Amino acid sequence: MRHDHLITSKQLSRADIETVLDRAAEIDADPSAVADRHANTLLGLLFFEPSTRTKMSFETAMKRLGGDVVDMGSVESSSVKKGETLADTVRVIEGYTDALVLRHPKQGAATMASEFVDVPLLNAGDGAGHHPTQTMLDLYTIRENAGLDDLTIGIMGDLKYGRTVHSLAHALTNFETQQHFISPESLQLPREVVYDLHQQQGGAGIKEHESLEAVLPSLDVLYVTRIQRERFPDENEYQKVAGEYQIDAETLEAASDDLTVMHPLPRVDEIAPEIDDTDYAAYFEQAHNGVPVRMALLDLLLSDDRGIRGETDE
Amino acid sequence: MSSDHDHHDGDDDHELRVSKIRDGTVIDHVRGGQALNVLAILGIDGTDGEEVSVGMNVPSNRFARKDIVKVEGRELSQDEVDVLSLIAPDATINIVRDYDVVEKHRVERPDVVEGVLSCPNAGCITTGDEPVTSRFTVLEDGVRCSYCERIVREEIASLIDT
Ligand SMILES: [Zn+2]
Repeated sequence: MRHDHLITSKQLSRADIETVLDRAAEIDADPSAVADRHANTLLGLLFFEPSTRTKMSFETAMKRLGGDVVDMGSVESSSVKKGETLADTVRVIEGYTDALVLRHPKQGAATMASEFVDVPLLNAGDGAGHHPTQTMLDLYTIRENAGLDDLTIGIMGDLKYGRTVHSLAHALTNFETQQHFISPESLQLPREVVYDLHQQQGGAGIKEHESLEAVLPSLDVLYVTRIQRERFPDENEYQKVAGEYQIDAETLEAASDDLTVMHPLPRVDEIAPEIDDTDYAAYFEQAHNGVPVRMALLDLLLSDDRGIRGETDE
Repeated sequence: MSSDHDHHDGDDDHELRVSKIRDGTVIDHVRGGQALNVLAILGIDGTDGEEVSVGMNVPSNRFARKDIVKVEGRELSQDEVDVLSLIAPDATINIVRDYDVVEKHRVERPDVVEGVLSCPNAGCITTGDEPVTSRFTVLEDGVRCSYCERIVREEIASLIDT
């Protein structure tokens, strides 16, 4: 078995991404062909932070490949409460399972955990750090709707804390993509992320804006994220910015007819429900794509003959 | 702690202040005010009985003011010299044996420093109780935690794990 990990979208080249997306498309077209492919395979789910959807999505993916999952359960009921380190937890659970999925509130948790285990480890979110499987399903959805080259994408909302945004922005630098980042000043991309995007320049152009208005007509994709009320020390400050970053049918009058609107969900009021039934809306499709994409990732990481080549290769 | 050394201001014979050593290391051309950080990065706090002389903010041709550190009976390893580069990029290292300078080195910036700096990000996995050694990659103008990816450009000395 190959011992690869998926920690960050940064480890993935364009070829890696295409391998995963192509495999996801094959599986999507004929899920029955892989129904027994990983029979007797056990996936360990280590969620140190609640995330019902991501967890269920992995669980569904593993079961649809013929395997099964074991679940650490809630942090409250586990030995973590007794002070066990993450390094110990992953070393114990790797002995039970063929691969691990880790969600943890601390940044860098997946990187560290991967240094202690030999089974493949998939990062399902480490604090404000990375969420590469979300990125892969985002890329899959973008490719299905708008293609990945010659793409102009707007990424709007809380860009400061949104790890899905950071992972996606980095992955997109592998393609001929113009990226417009739209946020209130206080929620701009962290300087670390901007640094990486510039390091990675490739074919990607990066621009930051405070208003959607000027860029909206040029966009093929608008990726919206939630602006979290709790990020603002002052409710007035929140009220001032919140309305600016909500979209409804009226907002989209200025958009191209081919615009694809995405959102990692859950949403609160960033996207008006009246958009849901229009051709713009791709966010539920995006959520559904999580299963074939995670099936593809698990299949690639668990198969002798495949694997994802990246800098975390052993 | 530094106030002990500040009283030397106005002393006109600054050479006397930092006595010659017989065997050991002279770290010269340290940026003014960084001498105590140099000692911290080398893990020298006097408890092992090393004889250490420190000159702070002495006049210099290359900088307006420089610090100088002399450690008797200790030759720095290449690893230690590399780490020094983070806070004293212009330092020169003279290895002294029997009062003669036998080797002169300029510091070189390493690609990675391990176990020397602690991450300032409270949300970083390395700040908990995990059995993990801190690791920072060295950038042109700072350092970056290999775990949480935080970049630190200023006050690197304050990250020194003492
Ligand atoms: Zn860190």
